[in-house]
Amino acid sequence: MSIVQILFWVLSVVALFSALMVITSKNPVYSVLWLIVTFFAISGHYILLNAQFLAIVNIIVYAGAIMVLFLFVIMLMNARQEGASGNKRWLTLAGTVSGGIFLLVLVAALKDSELKSRSAMVMDGQVGLIKVLGNELFTRYVVPFEISSILFLSAMVGAVVIGKKD
Amino acid sequence: MYLTAIDSWYILEKLILIGALIGLSFFIAMYTTLAERKIAGWMQDRMGPNRAGPFGIFQPLADGGKLFFKEEITPTSSNRFLFLLGPALAMIVALITSSVIPWGASYVGATRTVALQVADVDMGILIVFGIVSVGVYGIMIGGWASNNKFSLIAAIRGASQMVSYELPMGLALIAVLFMTGSLKMSAMVEYQMQHGWNVLYQPLGFLIFFICALAECNRTPFDLPEAENELNFGYHQEYSSMKLGFYLFAEYINMFVSSAVMATLFFGGYDIPFFDEAAWQGSPLTLSMLTFAVMMAKVSFFLFVFIWIRWTIPRFRYDQLMNLGWKKLIPLALINMLISAALMLFLNK
Repeated sequence: MSIVQILFWVLSVVALFSALMVITSKNPVYSVLWLIVTFFAISGHYILLNAQFLAIVNIIVYAGAIMVLFLFVIMLMNARQEGASGNKRWLTLAGTVSGGIFLLVLVAALKDSELKSRSAMVMDGQVGLIKVLGNELFTRYVVPFEISSILFLSAMVGAVVIGKKD
Repeated sequence: MYLTAIDSWYILEKLILIGALIGLSFFIAMYTTLAERKIAGWMQDRMGPNRAGPFGIFQPLADGGKLFFKEEITPTSSNRFLFLLGPALAMIVALITSSVIPWGASYVGATRTVALQVADVDMGILIVFGIVSVGVYGIMIGGWASNNKFSLIAAIRGASQMVSYELPMGLALIAVLFMTGSLKMSAMVEYQMQHGWNVLYQPLGFLIFFICALAECNRTPFDLPEAENELNFGYHQEYSSMKLGFYLFAEYINMFVSSAVMATLFFGGYDIPFFDEAAWQGSPLTLSMLTFAVMMAKVSFFLFVFIWIRWTIPRFRYDQLMNLGWKKLIPLALINMLISAALMLFLNK
């Protein structure tokens, strides 16, 4: 096994294990911390695919900023750890059914795709490097890029408007 | 990627470099504490610590020893594992950042070139930002796990302050990246060697970056997580012994690393002023040593400014801090970015 393969397996195990721990942890703070571990493992995968920019931005934005906000909310509402009481069994049932349907959709979508030829090119792609990525984003994909930035701006304004409404 | 093309000497060289960097970080952090007390004494017309050894130079050792021998207290009904994880994370994060900074000119030997930098990666400065953004967790986890309201408030203050000040910091950095055209730290230093230091072209950017660095390190005037008159002692209130020491030490290491980052981004890194390194005639080892000394001189200067500010300016109020960050620094950084972009376009650089 080459180093890349070893890294791939280690990262995959870490990612899957921490993702499972996110769901199974009783304490929501632990869930968030495990989710951060998951993000790091995924960033490791990005680096293996030579998408360095994506890897770092994933850490800065998700692990560094968004999860901090999650932690804020959870730490400030620390008192109610038992979660929403009452119709818990109903919730479990609904979650199982919707999760099962999602799995079905995923399997149906991926069943016919030729995974062998479509599997990622490890250590080979150039698209993740910042120069190439910037060129692509601002030439070929400039319209979707700008539209999505306007979308984000409107979402931000909307959030502020909702937040200001007393 | 050269994962398979690594010879054992390369690994050994990097291991030695990492060890040296960690040792250096601890050493500098230790003596920054002494410098802080000495300078504070000097500014307040006192002597400062002067009992342990001549001029008190053994004072940090005495302090460290004292911290090691203190009783370790874990508060009841606190979360044991997270309580330990907090200071450990703070320390790890503080130590990792120094790996992407070039500390001196590469030593060009007869058979091999030894770079005075652990990892010269393409994403250099972004990695620093990534690690800094993860640094919030050391404070947050520690403050929450202490099971103390004051600690929790301080931790949340600290985290929101750090998240807020990362934005203007990043925006100020973008203007620098326009000029250097690379995220690689070594390429940035080389650019400044040829074109002059970035601070000459980006004085406003540097000012914003410096203010944000103060806030990121939780230093006065932004040391609200440790505002003792409101929060007793801040997020590390429940910590004792060396766990407290780790938090305090991590703060000084952060100061050291952010000084190094500022020196690299804006003050030419290891560049010797008014001297062309390429024209050096003597041995390459001397050049490496000299550039390293110059880098350390710049870092020491920034450390001094950090301390100077701490003993000069009073603390901000929390709403003032947030106003400064969001309503003043971010627009200022945006304007700075726009002007630099327009100028570069206009001058066709």
